[in-house]
Amino acid sequence: MSTGLAALSTGFKGFARYLGGVLGADAYTKYLEHHRQAGHREPPMTEREFWRDRTDRQDSNPQGRCC
Amino acid sequence: MAETPERRNGSSRREGAVATDPVLPPAAVDEDVREAEERKWTPGKIALWGAIALLGGVAWFMLAVIRGETVNAMWFVFASVCTYLIAYRFYSKVIERYITKPDDRRATPAEYKADGKDYVRTDRNVLFGHHFAAIAGAGPLVGPVLAAQMGYLPGTIWIIVGVVLAGAVQDYLVMFFSMRRGGRSLGQMAREEFGVVGGTAALIATLLIMVIIVAILALVVVNALGESPWGVFSVGMTIPIALFMGIYLRYLRPGKVMEVSIIGFVLLMAAIIGGGIVAETPWGADIFTLDRVTIAWGIIIYGFIAAILPVWLLLAPRDYLSTFMKIGVIVMLAVAIIAVRPEISVPAFSEFASRENGPVFPGALFPFLFVTIACGALSGFHALISSGTTPKLVEKERQTRFIGYGGMLMESFVAIMALVAAISIDRGLYFAMNAPAALTGGTVETAATWVNSLGLTGVNISPDLLSQTAENVGEESVVSRTGGAPTLALGLAHIMQQFIGGTAMMAFWYHFAIMFEALFILTAVDAGTRVARFMLQDSIGNFVPKFKEHSWRPGAWICTAIMVAAWGAVLLMGVTDPLGGINTLFPLFGIANQLLAAIALSVCLAIVAKRGTFKYLWIVALPLAFAAVVTITASYQKIFSPVPAVGYFANNAAFSKALAEGKTEFGTARTVTAMEAVVRNTAIQGWLSVIFVVLSIIVIATAVLATVKAFRSRAAGTAITDTEDPARPSRVFAPSGLVPTPAERQLLAEWEKVPADLRFERAGHH
Repeated sequence: MSTGLAALSTGFKGFARYLGGVLGADAYTKYLEHHRQAGHREPPMTEREFWRDRTDRQDSNPQGRCC
Repeated sequence: MAETPERRNGSSRREGAVATDPVLPPAAVDEDVREAEERKWTPGKIALWGAIALLGGVAWFMLAVIRGETVNAMWFVFASVCTYLIAYRFYSKVIERYITKPDDRRATPAEYKADGKDYVRTDRNVLFGHHFAAIAGAGPLVGPVLAAQMGYLPGTIWIIVGVVLAGAVQDYLVMFFSMRRGGRSLGQMAREEFGVVGGTAALIATLLIMVIIVAILALVVVNALGESPWGVFSVGMTIPIALFMGIYLRYLRPGKVMEVSIIGFVLLMAAIIGGGIVAETPWGADIFTLDRVTIAWGIIIYGFIAAILPVWLLLAPRDYLSTFMKIGVIVMLAVAIIAVRPEISVPAFSEFASRENGPVFPGALFPFLFVTIACGALSGFHALISSGTTPKLVEKERQTRFIGYGGMLMESFVAIMALVAAISIDRGLYFAMNAPAALTGGTVETAATWVNSLGLTGVNISPDLLSQTAENVGEESVVSRTGGAPTLALGLAHIMQQFIGGTAMMAFWYHFAIMFEALFILTAVDAGTRVARFMLQDSIGNFVPKFKEHSWRPGAWICTAIMVAAWGAVLLMGVTDPLGGINTLFPLFGIANQLLAAIALSVCLAIVAKRGTFKYLWIVALPLAFAAVVTITASYQKIFSPVPAVGYFANNAAFSKALAEGKTEFGTARTVTAMEAVVRNTAIQGWLSVIFVVLSIIVIATAVLATVKAFRSRAAGTAITDTEDPARPSRVFAPSGLVPTPAERQLLAEWEKVPADLRFERAGHH
């Protein structure tokens, strides 16, 4: 029973993570990862700064949405 | 390059091979190993594909050949899914092998331009969902509904065959070629391949096409919300909900996208339920019962404000909501259709399949069915998403087949489900809902009499059924609710209530469906206006440089105002059209969308030819020729047909003549003002058709010239300028499809062992 529940919970978490990925919820994590790997000297943007920068850049760089 | 062991990095068969780092495991599965794996047919594999082919064959047989009283909806699911699987496994492989020729040893823009923001390597399955959410919207939900006028079979065949040979091919090729060019947009690629004349024609055509597409999508929303207090309230509530989400994400809890999406979703459900309660109250009915012209003005004003507001406040949060709903709704619809398995009593070919005077959209099956169903079979608008956005996120070149071709197959499946939902409702009801008020008379009695007078087999509708249906879905009336969205909503409610909740829940499901369609469309309107505004700014910027500065507010506002005025004028024209609006304008939408597809395919044709792939050029030429023939024929008929219902100018002449003769009513126009409106509208629609078709012919001709030139230079042995970005070696590996193959698994295991700091080039590029 408990293994069934655990499997269910893993499955649900996986689905939530997938949906989050599709929505772009993990953008900041990915940015940090990139920042670390690229070996930048300056500190990365904070989460608040990152999201602000992201939406502000979309202002002048609109992404299409289809019909 | 010589030091690199050939075998480890794949065979040298491919042109332009790049040397990957010998310290790392190979960035691609060895060519020969992959080849052997693909060509090896184990008994299990043969049995599986045999079973898929057999099931698909039986399903097509049930749909196309067997003529029973009814046909079960499951056959639509089997026929489409089996065809998609076979096309994906075999046809898209042919395209991959002979046209795109991906090379996983090459880094993708997401790798060599990585910036952690726009260029980010994204897991293929996540990117599949992301890309799908960007391409799928209201289009595949509306077109198939209107096309159901001709029976289920023509639409089904076009959606499935069209996507396999045309739509998915276009999406895949555009995505791949854009990826090879650092994620350049379709417009930039057109300019590169065609030069100034062709490029400019493509740009103007794209701009005009976007105006038409936005206007007609907005018209669908207006028609769905007209005289519907429930719909107006719940869709109206999406604005404060989105604003709240925007502020929440900006100031309260930045980055908690999932959290805010769930909150937004709950609020949205509350808005739908609340809408039902508000619409019941006298004051609610009073405030929110709006006529179509008022709603149209509302959307125009909203469109302008939304397009100049910062993205974080309205567009981004509503986009999260829309994506969330999109995936939820599509999964829900699929589950419901499989669980309920509705019986379909619509004939394979209806009486209107062989006539030109259908009430839902006029014109003969060829070419008008093929322009009515654009999204779901072949949609040019996708080329704007497949270039630019998605290619910047692709991790490995080989994944474009899964994301581009596969993503479009998924959208086609959505179109099939929309078709099933639309044809699961009573046929009489379908015509009463989708014919303009000028024909139905607007009341249940006149509508029932009119539908029964059509002489359709098996159709005998009573006024009671019409009023009962309206009551079930919580609407004042369902007569002449044109535009496709209400019909789809009714079909969905009809299927869902059998699955969850019974008749009592029907009103909820109906407004749930209206809500998500409106959400998709408003997002498309907003994003479309923004994209078009930037295109306009850049174009004007060629003459007045100041306009190129995107941050210059007056420029942004002027260009936004021009774009909104353009689509707003078309929208108002559709809303007030005495002939019905959607039936005269929807063909223009389809024609515009497919002309864009023809432009995108022209770009692909030129690129493929320049790469020297002449033997398989037909893979691109076939859909291009079809799209060109369909749209040019449709435009030709819209311009030159002597039948007033079909030809814009014929109708214009008929009404002008009637006015000149001093008549005070003519056809469905009951007043002189209405007659004058018809004269004006048909002239505008006619000239728009002329402009579209001329621009597209210029673009297609330029592409053919570029192709011929490429062929000649290849024959003469002269060098051809390559517009691809230079190849760079990749330092990552990821499988190409949904499930990794054994060879991919093995290579993945090798990569697991590589220390993380070795995998990426350090620093330097910033």
